[in-house]
Amino acid sequence: MAKKNIIQKIDEVGLVGRGGAGYPTALKWMAVKNALKKKKVGFIVVNGAEGEPGVKKDGYLLANKTEEVVNGVYLAYQFLDSTKIKKIHFFLKAEYYKAYSKKIKEVLKNKKYRLFYDKVEFFCKPETPSYICGEETAIVNIIEGHRPEPRLKPPFPADSGMNYHPTLINNVETFYNVSLIDKGDYEGKRLYTLTGAVKHKGVFSLSASISAEEILRDTRNYPDFDFFVMTGGEVCGELLRSDQLQAPVEGSGLLMVFDKKKTDYKKLLNYWLKFYETESCGACTACREGTYRLHELANKPEYDKQMFDDLIHNLEESSLCSLGSSLPVTVKSYFENIQIK
Amino acid sequence: MNIKINNKKISALKGQTILEVARANKIKIPSLCYHPDLDVRAGCRVCVVEVKGRDKLCTACSTAILEGMEIFTDSERVIKSRSLNVEMLFASHAEKCVDCTLRFNCTLLDLARDYNLKIARFSDRKINRKTYKFANAVEIDGTQCIDCSNCISACDKQGISFLKMEGNGCNQEVKQNKDNHSACIYCGQCANVCPVAAAQEQGEWKQVEADLKDNKKIVVAQFAPAVRVSLGEEFGMPYGVNCTKKINTALKILGFSHVFDVNFGADITTMTEAEELVERLNNKKAVFPMTTSCCPAWVAYAESYHPELLPNLTTARSPHIHSAGAIKSYFAKKNKIDAKKIIVVSIVPCTSKKYEAARPELKYEGRPLVDHVLTTREFAFILKKNKIDFKNLADSETDPIFNDGSGAAAIYGASGGVMESALRSAISMACKGSKNKLCSSRLEFKEVRGLKGLKEASVNLAGHKLKIAVVNGIGHFEQLLPKLNQYHYIEVMACPGGCLGGGGQPMPTTDVIRKQRLEGMYKIDSGKSVRRAHENRQMTEYYDWVKKNKLSAKLLHTKFSAKKR
Repeated sequence: MAKKNIIQKIDEVGLVGRGGAGYPTALKWMAVKNALKKKKVGFIVVNGAEGEPGVKKDGYLLANKTEEVVNGVYLAYQFLDSTKIKKIHFFLKAEYYKAYSKKIKEVLKNKKYRLFYDKVEFFCKPETPSYICGEETAIVNIIEGHRPEPRLKPPFPADSGMNYHPTLINNVETFYNVSLIDKGDYEGKRLYTLTGAVKHKGVFSLSASISAEEILRDTRNYPDFDFFVMTGGEVCGELLRSDQLQAPVEGSGLLMVFDKKKTDYKKLLNYWLKFYETESCGACTACREGTYRLHELANKPEYDKQMFDDLIHNLEESSLCSLGSSLPVTVKSYFENIQIK
Repeated sequence: MNIKINNKKISALKGQTILEVARANKIKIPSLCYHPDLDVRAGCRVCVVEVKGRDKLCTACSTAILEGMEIFTDSERVIKSRSLNVEMLFASHAEKCVDCTLRFNCTLLDLARDYNLKIARFSDRKINRKTYKFANAVEIDGTQCIDCSNCISACDKQGISFLKMEGNGCNQEVKQNKDNHSACIYCGQCANVCPVAAAQEQGEWKQVEADLKDNKKIVVAQFAPAVRVSLGEEFGMPYGVNCTKKINTALKILGFSHVFDVNFGADITTMTEAEELVERLNNKKAVFPMTTSCCPAWVAYAESYHPELLPNLTTARSPHIHSAGAIKSYFAKKNKIDAKKIIVVSIVPCTSKKYEAARPELKYEGRPLVDHVLTTREFAFILKKNKIDFKNLADSETDPIFNDGSGAAAIYGASGGVMESALRSAISMACKGSKNKLCSSRLEFKEVRGLKGLKEASVNLAGHKLKIAVVNGIGHFEQLLPKLNQYHYIEVMACPGGCLGGGGQPMPTTDVIRKQRLEGMYKIDSGKSVRRAHENRQMTEYYDWVKKNKLSAKLLHTKFSAKKR
């Protein structure tokens, strides 16, 4: 029986969450399953928030692989204990909510999903702040009717998520992969979004272990000009020179190519800082005040580099969630790898 | 569990946070947003500490200890991050220190001194924010807010949820929640948890200072039951110490011409309220349950949320309004003073008393009965500002022709205290003429004491079997509503603990501290020779005078009216 050993299959192929953090999926599922042994009620959340600018993979899957995504969720539902799972929330970015809810419902009308369908609810992601609304504990807050801000961890949603019940939250692509694994169709691939100064923009399915350079070449996107690349996400990622592309792409699987000569560096730095400032949920001092001050500093004709570095370092040290600590990754990679002195 | 803090071995309990362990062991970790009564949000990032083996710093308030954990509370990393976070908070908090009642206990200023901070390193970014005023009682000054959300949490805990964080990031702002048709009840619990006095009482100390300098005015002070057991905290005295006699002296030093005790007024409230209870019990058409009405935040709640219950509220005025009436009528007459020259200043643990004092129905000869209301915090501020060494003041008594009340008055500031006081007198009144000597012997009603949110009991009142309930904290009221008709008499205090936990009380106010203030009150009661309000002879003399002169409506009773939300 396929459904009996889905967890072993997931574990065998070593699937990790495709939302960006890369946590082993089998561990997450087992954590929820174990927590449910002592609890009567649990929840599943399908994370289709896709808050990272530029990334379009979840939208691609909801549009083109709806059946597989739904099936992946259904597998989790059966594995965890279909009697205890009270609700399955499809938490979708507004654009996807409008475009694909109907399509998902069509799939759910299949006889196989009869009882499951009754428990499905659709939830539209608020417009602002947009990024943090994809963070799993912030999603729980939003669905419960609270402010969109992350919760303190621990406890993790697996133990205490929706209304303090065990909750499984996985990215759309993760569920898609589970479905492939179940059918024996999984080839260790993930989805990459290629954007920026490339000839062939779009979402590509390639091996999860190949290097950024290989991705550019395999998609016939390797530039013939001086370039650098933002990998991971358009905002939360790492900037790499063309000679630094040996490692696999992590995060949300984005590759954005920049033409070295045509890039307005000041504008780029400003874009990130402005983004973090607007997207900060406001809960912690390091991020709320820090992002404001960084943006303020960067806009001064001559700024105090020491203070700038102190603020960046402080985000690494004392921000509450991973949004705050990802700004330093981006900005530091900019200064260390790209900025021409 | 065994852990190390700054290389010192410490044993602690599983489940404790780093901050709890540190404080229990007298290791200082500064914090701003942490409050024992509220859910930990870990927002201010001031209590960051270094934990060996972890990449990021951890907030001591939210991090549970683990076996073998090694913690550093003042390493270079910690100081760097803590200092920068505080410097940024300073830049979101407009310094209005000169007029700030928190000036002498300001954590921000302490941090600036302890860490040698550059408080003007960043420019003030909120200088153009608005101040939101709620009636004349409470305000939230957006220019001083450091975004900790404690005020919102406190208001949610009260079940009101009048406040809401609007927007996000650096643009967010604490505002009135317009989505839930809530109404502020002026309880001031928000002010009691704000670490930087952005949420605070609308101060009246300046007007009081001005009046004290005006020699055409006779400025009279009176202080409430709960103030005497908490004021000492502001001067490093132990929790719950009775400071009545030092307060008398302090007020005289400040220049008040007469000093009276609101406990005297509490006895008038008890007398009026107990009479009404007995009257209702003897009247088949009377409305039940009767509820107390001496908590103006509860009155505001009833007027806004449950106007259908207004006939249930006792018409007896609240203690400081009663004693102010006695001052401006009886006292003025006996001493041949023009009542119009008298300025009554009430010192109370409460912010909603400011709102109550301004109510139009509580006037005497066209002027307010109480002219100014100071919170315990404001009073402590004035004393400190005037460099009065409160702790070492000599004792003195209140001025004639009133006294400092019975034991029943002393417990008014504790949840259940008003109920108990009224029952002590109502039993005697109901048993009048009874041949059974035991009928009126009952004095203490321990079943209504304590810090439980909802207390229920049955008592025998001269043959009437009375079901009573005490609501301790307005957040517990709604759960009583479905079974309201079962009761005869209900006490409601909006603030947890009653007035001893009032919004105007010293900070912090926590359950541990509430308990000690409470014990202080019951100690005053048990030490009194007169423990029933109606046995306070000076009070009954006044009471009889009011009745003889047919001034009851003018001096003893009040009325209520529905308010739109």
